[in-house]
Amino acid sequence: MTIVSEVRASLDRRGFTPAQYLICLQGIVWREALRFLHQRERFVSALVRPLVWLFIFAAGFRQVLGISIIPPYETYILYEVYIAPGLIAMIQLFNGMQSSLTMVYDRETGGMRTLLVSPFPRWWLLTSKLLAGTLVSVLQAYAFLLIAWFWDIEAPALGYLTLLPVLLLTGFMLGALGMLVSSVVKQLENFAGIMNFVIFPMFFASSALYPLWRVQESSPLLYYICELNPFTHATELIRFALYDKISWVSFAVVLGCTVGFLVGAILAYDPARGFLARRGGPGG
Amino acid sequence: MRPSELPEIPALEVNHVSHRYGVRMALNEVTLTVRQSSFTVLLGLNGAGKSTLFSLITHLYAIRSGQISIFGHDIAGEPGAALRRLGVVFQSRALDIDISVRQNLRYHAALHGIASRRADELIVQVLDRVGMTDRSAERVGNLSIGQMRRIEIARALLHQPRLLLLDEPTVGLDIKARADILGHVRQLAVQGIGVLWATHLIDEACAGDDVVVLHKSRVLAQGALAEVVERAGAADLSDAFTRLVRTADQNELEAAR
Repeated sequence: MTIVSEVRASLDRRGFTPAQYLICLQGIVWREALRFLHQRERFVSALVRPLVWLFIFAAGFRQVLGISIIPPYETYILYEVYIAPGLIAMIQLFNGMQSSLTMVYDRETGGMRTLLVSPFPRWWLLTSKLLAGTLVSVLQAYAFLLIAWFWDIEAPALGYLTLLPVLLLTGFMLGALGMLVSSVVKQLENFAGIMNFVIFPMFFASSALYPLWRVQESSPLLYYICELNPFTHATELIRFALYDKISWVSFAVVLGCTVGFLVGAILAYDPARGFLARRGGPGG
Repeated sequence: MRPSELPEIPALEVNHVSHRYGVRMALNEVTLTVRQSSFTVLLGLNGAGKSTLFSLITHLYAIRSGQISIFGHDIAGEPGAALRRLGVVFQSRALDIDISVRQNLRYHAALHGIASRRADELIVQVLDRVGMTDRSAERVGNLSIGQMRRIEIARALLHQPRLLLLDEPTVGLDIKARADILGHVRQLAVQGIGVLWATHLIDEACAGDDVVVLHKSRVLAQGALAEVVERAGAADLSDAFTRLVRTADQNELEAAR
């Protein structure tokens, strides 16, 4: 049986038409958009974080870190230009973790149950939720690029267009990672650990802030860790796309990780296999 | 006639269902039935296993032992078909308080594949049914707890289910709001919806109801309220509940010795 026929059979068993699947997707995206509109501070804080790095950190490090000509750049570049793609990836990383934080909160308050008792297949519900979160992160990334443009960080016009599918893919990967993480976090209070054990190591052990050849010079071991980090490849994919180019290795890694994290998240939220049913009960 | 429309098929059938959290047994060989158009009270103290049972019926947890069917549709084998016939009101609030009543209901409609025009028609109907038509544009956060509960019931009814589950829906409500909600839901059973009402408040059951007594993961008794009282040799349901629970606890103690 091919994947297509398997998916079709799964759709048929549920008794919903493709149009109804789209209604469900639209509803989930719409709800995420409403939530986003009601939490404007979330949008602002998501932008302030990378802008602080860009305006303060990069300004301070400009003279310390020299960037040689490395692909996709064809000339010497300023440090601000170098870290811009990493900061876009950072926006998506934080957004993915923010979504997962929301999922843990929803699970505690009962909002998640509303979603999970829908008669649509769980993989569809979770993928729709992931897409909704990704669209929000793409909006944030373009808002950042707009502000960065006034800071003289400009990419070729076509780069802004080729960036869009890449942002969807990297946003999906980091969102799926967040969803997977949310399935193993028992309580909202445990979430601080995620900052220490997921976000910071992923961000700092990557090419977001410094080129990997510099890392290799100081620590070959750290260099290999950075190379294995999917966040490095998300950053590089964004960097290349912004200059209308593609890094095939990074594309393959990001695509593979997206599939892996998504399958992991769907399995984790599957009532038959997931972690949720094995925990202490609801107590009623 | 479709299988789900046959009158003899129970709205809900739970057969020999067991569930554990690690070594702790949460449900032990639970068997119960909810008839179509009936009001069934699932009576149990806190920790009896009511919420675990609800999580299994709603497919939040997988069934590892036993079987659950909703109008003949096995929840494990045909979750979509089963969940379409089911409306749920959970114990904890599951409304988005930042958006309006209508927006909450529209979201729920989308989760059941109902297009917006049809959803708007159904929203008018269900809000009318729970007496909240004038509050559709209101932000949920501005409503009282009793009104939120009514909206949750309206939401559970939106996709026109044939079975309604309510997990301790009157917790935190004042006496009047409790009586109002109970009255509304009893009316739904009269109108043809099977209702499973989980509670620890014995006075929420009344003559004519079916009763299931759940205690420490086991069903101690079930049937029409009068039958349960009679079989326990008690004067009323409160007395019957006390006797059943006491006997079960004594048996457990003796077994442990």
